[in-house]
Amino acid sequence: MIAVVRASHTGLLAPPGINSEIATRWLVAFLQDELIVRRGITRAVIGLSGGVDSAVTAYLCARALGPENVYAIRMPYKTSSPASLADAQLVIDALGVRARTIEITAAVDGYLQFEPDADARRRGNVMARTRMVVLFDQSAKLDALPVGTGNKTERLLGYFTWHADDTPPVNPIGDLFKTQVWELARYLGVPQVLIDKAPSADLEADQTDEGDLGITYARADAILAQLLLGYSDLQLIERGFDAHDVALVRRRVDSTHWKRHLPTTAMLTNTAINEFYLRPVDY
Amino acid sequence: MAARTNGVPSNFDVRLVQVKPSKGRYAENLAQAGNIFEQIVAEKTPDLIVFPEGAMTGYFLEGAVYDLARSAPVFAGDLVRAWREGAGDREVELASGFYENDDGTYYNSALYVRVGRKDHEILHVHRKMFLPTYGVFDEARFLSRGRRLQTFETRIGRVAMLICEDVWHAIMPTIAAIKGARVLIVPSAAPGRGIEGESELTSITRWREILRTTASEHGVYVLYAGLTGFEGGKGMTGSSSIIDPRGVVTVEAPEFGECVVSGTIDLREADLARATLPLLGDLNAVLPDLLLDEELPLPKGRPS
Repeated sequence: MIAVVRASHTGLLAPPGINSEIATRWLVAFLQDELIVRRGITRAVIGLSGGVDSAVTAYLCARALGPENVYAIRMPYKTSSPASLADAQLVIDALGVRARTIEITAAVDGYLQFEPDADARRRGNVMARTRMVVLFDQSAKLDALPVGTGNKTERLLGYFTWHADDTPPVNPIGDLFKTQVWELARYLGVPQVLIDKAPSADLEADQTDEGDLGITYARADAILAQLLLGYSDLQLIERGFDAHDVALVRRRVDSTHWKRHLPTTAMLTNTAINEFYLRPVDY
Repeated sequence: MAARTNGVPSNFDVRLVQVKPSKGRYAENLAQAGNIFEQIVAEKTPDLIVFPEGAMTGYFLEGAVYDLARSAPVFAGDLVRAWREGAGDREVELASGFYENDDGTYYNSALYVRVGRKDHEILHVHRKMFLPTYGVFDEARFLSRGRRLQTFETRIGRVAMLICEDVWHAIMPTIAAIKGARVLIVPSAAPGRGIEGESELTSITRWREILRTTASEHGVYVLYAGLTGFEGGKGMTGSSSIIDPRGVVTVEAPEFGECVVSGTIDLREADLARATLPLLGDLNAVLPDLLLDEELPLPKGRPS
């Protein structure tokens, strides 16, 4: 009897991997090129939430620009968890970046007092957009470029506030799935507590991303990585993914497609911007 | 005295210039080329200097290609002027990618120019035949494709130029080699991707595999000049390299950073490689049977 060597697809069920050394080298070069070479800006300003995404972004910016050129802004609302502030402080202390805490409660409540019935989603959006008001004003004040912290998973699932979290002009981690960000965080030396804790938008007590989304990041990332390659739901299920998970991920991606684009503009001429008049962003 | 093959020199100095052009700043990038020429000749004047694809403009231009494309004679004149500013009346041969405006038809082209003490002569313009138009690429939206793959005589022997995706189609270097090329010049702009590799982006590994296979299959030198730096978040992978006719990478630049890659080629190596592994000779013998196969989607008779 001769041996049979069989192909296996079991690796497909795992989230995509990352070589953190390569990714770090690439992303540091990206930040240096985008800020210093292209824009002549030597400083970055980051909204530091206490979560792993903004922590990884801060670590990358500190490597690319030097910690003295990184401004970490903490922007708590009155209901924000004190643990988030403390976790952000761990990053600030570890990196030696410049830091400031600007409470957004008065700004947010200044508007929401007229909208007492606003639900959690609306309140969360107001907070996110207020944070961007602060971040961009700090950018003007400090002559520092806002650097985005949204990861690929939340972008694909639409789990962000449009024209808030996604507004900074450069983003080093937007093509990394959440599970890859965790891996990168371990490599960069982000404090373990930030890696281990359940990711949360921190808008309400006991809120978690995975609770909101209805799926773990590990399962979502594995499905997303295959889905983006063009596999149908049926093919994904044949490969061993859970049918409910596949449907959930597909629905979120499809229903939030618009959030990954600029506003839709009515075209009336043959010089319509970004339709006929096409120039790359760095032109 | 230079080594000779059949009475002609076989040993040549080549330089590959790995640059990050300022997007759209044609004059500024040419001036920078002049500075690089000055630096190169301060050490030694080489036989050939190669620049990457889109070397004087950047690669991703979208509609700006219509502002930045030049006719081949104009681009040759500009490039030679930069040479004169940096290197005076020295003789050299120069190859560079550029966007070509041929009376209102636009191409992604590579120019090869012989520079004499007082004059210059365009030896060849290759127009990219395979225009990547998928994923991050959108060339065919803005450019027309070249129609011919030619080889041409130069100081360093018979050469073909293949631009970026041109060399990913095995039939292109195959035809170039059958038509006599012993050196393939590959100007390129390769946006890097793939973070699951061992020590580098997987796209860099893939490129090297293709170039090494190309060189060793046909017994040709490959001179690969790659852009470096980021263009709108897309990082060009540099890695400019010389690969000998046995498929050995004799020198390779890092992925990041502008640099001049310096090396030599010895055409006797191509002869020896072909003697050891006579794949090209075998192909010449079999080619008619392959191409006369009626199942191939080839036109019957020559196009008028």
